Amino acid sequence: MSTQSMTNQDAHAHGHEHDDHEHHDPVATKVFGFWIYIMSDCVLFASIFATYAVLGTNYAGGPTSHELFELPFVLVETFVLLASSFMIGLATLAMNKGNKQGTMLWLALTLMLGAVFVGLEIYEFHHFIAEGAGPQRSAFLSSFFTLVGTHGLHVTSGCIWAIVLLIQIATKGLTDMNRSRLMCLSLFWHFLHIIWICVFTIVYLTGAI
Amino acid sequence: MFGKLTIEAVPYHEPIVMVVLGVAALMGLAVVAAITYFKKWGYLWKEWITSVDHKRLGVMYILVAIVMLIRGFSDAIMMRSQQAIASGGAEGYLPPEHYDQIFTAHGVIMIFFMAMPFMVGLMNIAVPLQIGARDVAFPFLNSLSFWLTMAGVILVNVSLGVGEFAATGWLAYPPLSDIQYSPGVGVDYWIWSLQISGIGTLLTGVNFFVTILKMRAPGMTLMKMPMFTWTALCTNVLIIAAFPILTVTIALLTLDRYIGTHFFTNDMGGNQMMYVNLIWAWGHPEVYILVLPAFGIFAEVVATYCKKRLFGYTSMVYATVAITVLSFVVWLHHFFTMGAGANVNSFFGIATMIIAIPTGVKIFNWLFTMYEGRVQFTVPMAWTLGFLITFTIGGMTGVLLAVPGADYVLHNSLFLIAHFHNVIIGGVVFGYLAGFTYWFPKVFGFKLNEKLGKASAWCWIVGFFTAFMPLYALGFMGMTRRLNSYDNPDWHFPLIVAAIGAVIIACGIACQLLQLVVSIKDRHKNVDETGDPWGGRTLEWSIPSPAPFYNFAHTPVVEERDAFWHMKENGVSEQKPAEYQDIHMPKNTSAGFFIGMIASVFGFALIWHIWWLAIVAGVGIFVTMVLRTFNDDIDYYVPAAEVERIESQRYQKLSNQA
Repeated sequence: MSTQSMTNQDAHAHGHEHDDHEHHDPVATKVFGFWIYIMSDCVLFASIFATYAVLGTNYAGGPTSHELFELPFVLVETFVLLASSFMIGLATLAMNKGNKQGTMLWLALTLMLGAVFVGLEIYEFHHFIAEGAGPQRSAFLSSFFTLVGTHGLHVTSGCIWAIVLLIQIATKGLTDMNRSRLMCLSLFWHFLHIIWICVFTIVYLTGAI
Repeated sequence: MFGKLTIEAVPYHEPIVMVVLGVAALMGLAVVAAITYFKKWGYLWKEWITSVDHKRLGVMYILVAIVMLIRGFSDAIMMRSQQAIASGGAEGYLPPEHYDQIFTAHGVIMIFFMAMPFMVGLMNIAVPLQIGARDVAFPFLNSLSFWLTMAGVILVNVSLGVGEFAATGWLAYPPLSDIQYSPGVGVDYWIWSLQISGIGTLLTGVNFFVTILKMRAPGMTLMKMPMFTWTALCTNVLIIAAFPILTVTIALLTLDRYIGTHFFTNDMGGNQMMYVNLIWAWGHPEVYILVLPAFGIFAEVVATYCKKRLFGYTSMVYATVAITVLSFVVWLHHFFTMGAGANVNSFFGIATMIIAIPTGVKIFNWLFTMYEGRVQFTVPMAWTLGFLITFTIGGMTGVLLAVPGADYVLHNSLFLIAHFHNVIIGGVVFGYLAGFTYWFPKVFGFKLNEKLGKASAWCWIVGFFTAFMPLYALGFMGMTRRLNSYDNPDWHFPLIVAAIGAVIIACGIACQLLQLVVSIKDRHKNVDETGDPWGGRTLEWSIPSPAPFYNFAHTPVVEERDAFWHMKENGVSEQKPAEYQDIHMPKNTSAGFFIGMIASVFGFALIWHIWWLAIVAGVGIFVTMVLRTFNDDIDYYVPAAEVERIESQRYQKLSNQA
């Protein structure tokens, strides 16, 4: 998809006499490398999901998933994240059109929605802990907090990355480097959304019904 | 202010530790003094520490591996001597809590800080050269990986003098490793040294996977790749798929220890077998991460020194891929005694036995490559022949252990210890030492001393059998692993034999070190003028030795498997190109070094619960990272005239020889 369009724009603009054999495209390589990183991140989440699958019903006499989970709240979280995924899609489209202002605007909106999502999650965690359902209460809650929290940490890093990238685009414009960074961030963001769909289904939906 | 850290953490009342520390401090001071005296700090900083050159990083990885080999081996000698004397009521010279740390440190160091850096070092040196690339896909990431590994190495070594190391065995099984039973900082040292270096390894995996898939010379299709590159590719797939599991497992144990969660505890719904499953889901692929590149080295070595094409290249590739896949479905054979039931155990038992088939394919491929070849008995061949015999025996005892019924008897006995040393020393160590000798001239421009190399191989092979065959017998005699002392007099004699074996291996290591010293002294006698000292078959031998920093003046075009051999046959290998072009290269950077060093401070702070320092270091890592991304001045061009000057020196040498 847009990897291709970037490949074409990756002409070596430095006007240097070019090595005829240098057929490696650095931007495409970078995006490919990021895909591979995401695959490894996928294994990371798979391991935590496996842990949750094994420990998720070990309530140890504490609160159960039925008692804790509130699906309407989680639905709001889901839609906030879904909307942010849409925003970063718009940011990528604006970038491909070479629209710096648009890219920054959509990226800022992505960041804001990401921050709202993290805020909602912190609220939920705080609420659970206040009710005596903290991660130390049972193996179920340990694995719940770790799984959802790892996803939340990923979204937080994505938000920090977006802030840094906004500064970089603002100061240097849509350079090759910044384009590949936005491509990677957008991959990361969509990946986190897919993970959230799994969290929603396996943790919340299965736990609440 | 300093968390749990007090002056009591330094074990000044333990003479053995203090003598070791004193010697290490003196050696460190000597090195620092020598560097200062010869005014080499600037050189070290500019040419090595900030280097992003894959060959330089490879050399540094292997240097770390050799240093850690010596440390891990001192642990081995201590264990062997302790068991040789602590018989029939005698307590030996190592108290249990010290002995437990020694066997834990031995395993951790040998796997994570000897074998892994050695493997990554060889991969760094050989893979880009074999595929005709100028560097890896992400040179900065490569430097970062190295310095993160270094951070782990630093933490393990600091544990010797400040505090303690884990006394839990190399995989730190809970509940023993939980805070309740291991309240000290030992397990925390284990956690943070592995966690930080593990992230470095994961980045290496991504980096080399992309390098091999994206940076190959034109014409080099997957089935034309050299065998070592193939095995490196599979190893990187395994790293990418297995190391995240280690990251998670260690992180969950960290949460149990630091904030009181209940993943692996005895109470509140925790399940310690979950840990054992997770750690071996990483741990079994890990042994193939180590041994596959060794298989690749043997393939290169056998083909080169038998002057023949590798027999059964295609079957070798498929065998490697089959092992890669199968390595993920055998983890449960490490704990048949968990009692998962007959069906589960037989599945994993049979899956384990099936791995013997692709491995057998490989053994026959190496043998048939030698068959009717012009075998040159060089040092790497000595290692290869030693490997073929040793590894086959180790493989057979492995199949024996894969029978769940037999495993119930032999689980955690010395039979198991003998088995895995048999495959790891016979496979991994022999392979890496063969690769070390094989590629040494490519990196340094001169060959290693043959006599001392062969002496080393003989000592290792004889020493290995003397040290570990008695352990098989002791396993059958009922001796379990990790014993500090014992009262069965029948075990005493075999343990004395085993200790003698360890001494013979020590002679092998000494020969290896002496070989380095002698070879450096005689370097002018053993210069590799042509860049092709062995009559090689793959692209790394087509360039001068030592390899120029840009590797290839012109990216080679590959037509056949064994590309360089093909060029030599067509008489085009020594053709001087008509003209040279500017070469695009990455610039050196200190960011990787700083991130690695701050990461070791970060780990140290977390180990000792010095929270403010952990926050400062964490912010430091983040800021260094971000600053690096703001730096656009990361590459440069080597002018064509400079390339021509360097290259013409080589053609001068070639014509002098002719």
